[in-house]
Amino acid sequence: MNGLKNDGISEIIDGKRVIVKKPELLAPAGTLEKLKIAVRYGADAVYIGGQEYGLRSNAGNFTFEEMKEGVAFAKEYGAKVYVTTNIFAHNENIDGLEDYLRGVGEAGVTGIIVADPLIIETCRRVAPNVEVHLSTQQSLSNWRAVKYWKDEGLDRVVLARETTGEEMRLMKEKVDIEIETFIHGAMCIAYSGRCVLSNHMTARDSNRGGCCQSCRWDYNLVEMEDGAEVAITQEGDSPFAMSPKDLRLLQSIPGLIELGIDSLKIEGRMKSIHYVATVVGVYRKVIDAYCADPENFTIQDEWLEELEKCANRPAAPAFFAGTPGADEQLFGVHGKKASHDFTGLVVDYDKATQMVTLQQRNFFRPGDTVEFFGPNLDTFNQIIGTVVDEDGNELDAARHPLQIVRFKVERPVSKDDMMRKGL
Amino acid sequence: MNKPELLVTPGSVNEIKKQIEAGADAFLIGEQRYGLRLAGEFNRQQVKEAVALAHEHGKKIYVAVNAIFHNEIANELDDYVAFVKGAGADAIVFGDPAVVMAVRETAPGFPLHWSPETIATNYYTANYWGKRGAVRAVLARELSMDAVIETKEQADVQIEVQVHGMTCMFQSKRPLLGHYFEYMGKSMEIQKRQGTQNMLLHDAERSNKYPIYEDANGTHIMSPNDMCIIDELQDLVEAGIDSFKIDGVLQTEEYRIETTKLYRKAIDLCVDQPDQYEEEKEGMLEAAEALQQEHRPLDSGFFFKETVY
Repeated sequence: MNGLKNDGISEIIDGKRVIVKKPELLAPAGTLEKLKIAVRYGADAVYIGGQEYGLRSNAGNFTFEEMKEGVAFAKEYGAKVYVTTNIFAHNENIDGLEDYLRGVGEAGVTGIIVADPLIIETCRRVAPNVEVHLSTQQSLSNWRAVKYWKDEGLDRVVLARETTGEEMRLMKEKVDIEIETFIHGAMCIAYSGRCVLSNHMTARDSNRGGCCQSCRWDYNLVEMEDGAEVAITQEGDSPFAMSPKDLRLLQSIPGLIELGIDSLKIEGRMKSIHYVATVVGVYRKVIDAYCADPENFTIQDEWLEELEKCANRPAAPAFFAGTPGADEQLFGVHGKKASHDFTGLVVDYDKATQMVTLQQRNFFRPGDTVEFFGPNLDTFNQIIGTVVDEDGNELDAARHPLQIVRFKVERPVSKDDMMRKGL
Repeated sequence: MNKPELLVTPGSVNEIKKQIEAGADAFLIGEQRYGLRLAGEFNRQQVKEAVALAHEHGKKIYVAVNAIFHNEIANELDDYVAFVKGAGADAIVFGDPAVVMAVRETAPGFPLHWSPETIATNYYTANYWGKRGAVRAVLARELSMDAVIETKEQADVQIEVQVHGMTCMFQSKRPLLGHYFEYMGKSMEIQKRQGTQNMLLHDAERSNKYPIYEDANGTHIMSPNDMCIIDELQDLVEAGIDSFKIDGVLQTEEYRIETTKLYRKAIDLCVDQPDQYEEEKEGMLEAAEALQQEHRPLDSGFFFKETVY
């Protein structure tokens, strides 16, 4: 992909080529806490869900008040907030839509991510200042459909996960519209929006947020021969599975930047703050490094290792270079454990005493070797010494979730830095 | 009371003749390259023959151009749309907006049926596509009877609903059967099973079996039951639903024809002799049940089933 060039992406400055069109790094934010972490760790924009009309009925989901607070926080860092409003509505969902979209508009968000033309048009009418971005749920995978949505006045389109880099290039050449594409995270194995397994298997409507991920379950394959069933999956065989590996396009970030893609999106509104911080932090470094000096850019092993610390499935590049093979699906396994546990969030640090105040997120004890990382911190290892609770009582271990503890660290840390432990 | 159209999916030109005798009013045909999950493959010559045959009997031909397109085929759409128009077909069935663009450029005003399957879920969006060239909306099969009727009441376009057959639950671009065989070290099976449509996914927990097959559009997983509302047509007829579809994908020609005959009778009775329909509907349902293979029970789809989210 490195050979592909688009106009207006780079310039020669002082004899050196630099990228002037830096793509937006767009991160998931399931809650206000995750929003703040994503922004602190380098996201240029975040997407959140409201109380209705989004596709993650189990995610945290923001009230209008929380949206306002999130927008204000993001603004301090120059970051934008988008609201996923991407259900395919039924008639019964039409009532209340106008009020909801007015509320979203009043919360000051930059845009909404929409799949259903009902919501596109209603937003135009009642919240005209809000940008409208087409959701990946529309499975947008050709340039003429991109042109259609451009002509309809949309500000941005999110492509189908099935789109290759070459296909993106033609879309960019043919149509002048912002393009957003997924670079990392879990994916549908079906064309998004075209799967109703949940509706049939559990009476939950996948296109209104009820997806129960039936595609990750195991099945047996059977063949009908002359009216009789013959098992293809035999006793002892791995069951039929269609669970995809997670998407990871770290190595293709240079290609995406050279294509002029406008926004690079990370999946995962249900993921932890540790996941958000880790993934956003890595891609922030990759994008910045490439844009500053594309000719001397190389992929650092430590970036890939860093992503493994929070990865709970093996990863693959999916459709970017063509239709993925059998090795990009999970057979016989459903995932893997991340290499590290998230053990604590830094609340405060006292320079004079070198004591960190930490909110416990997973079990750790004195003697453990842990790692601190943060948006402005060079990652370092620390052996934990004496740990005390809020009242100064010494602890044999930090056992309780969200418990506030203190101990000494060798290097300065700051609020929102994180502590993790290798497994 | 208007009589709804009986729309069926023939497997061949020859079947269209028999379907006309059996009572079908309209036919959905096409080829895999542009259309999704068709009962048969109609090349361009066969589309022309189908149109000639249908029109000779006052019947209609709709051509499926409802795949999810990537650039390569999106570039061919003008040519195919021009062909469909030239062949004299009555409408193009589409899901991807690329088709709207091609029709605007190549065949402005040519009638479109909006049929994106799972995502045709409300009247507002049906009317939205109506303003962009659609004369008909084909509703998602995951809607309740009440939602279908409300949609018809509010719609400026014709409304088509499926009344019988299997429905697609899932479409992936990936060749999932091929990948499984490859993983199992049975690569030769992939070649052997190319184009076969006799495989099922067994969901032991639900005792369900889902037909699964691959074609040029990827992997398709179908509903475990065939929907059948031959005994529940009254409300839909009274609401003025414009077209009843029997989807005959993955069924035999004989099955499709017998089903058409049953629905021809049901629709005629329901409109012309409603009392007689009431009397005979149970018997017609039993006759439909008698056509089913053992592993494919009938149910009423989502017409009377509540979904949550």
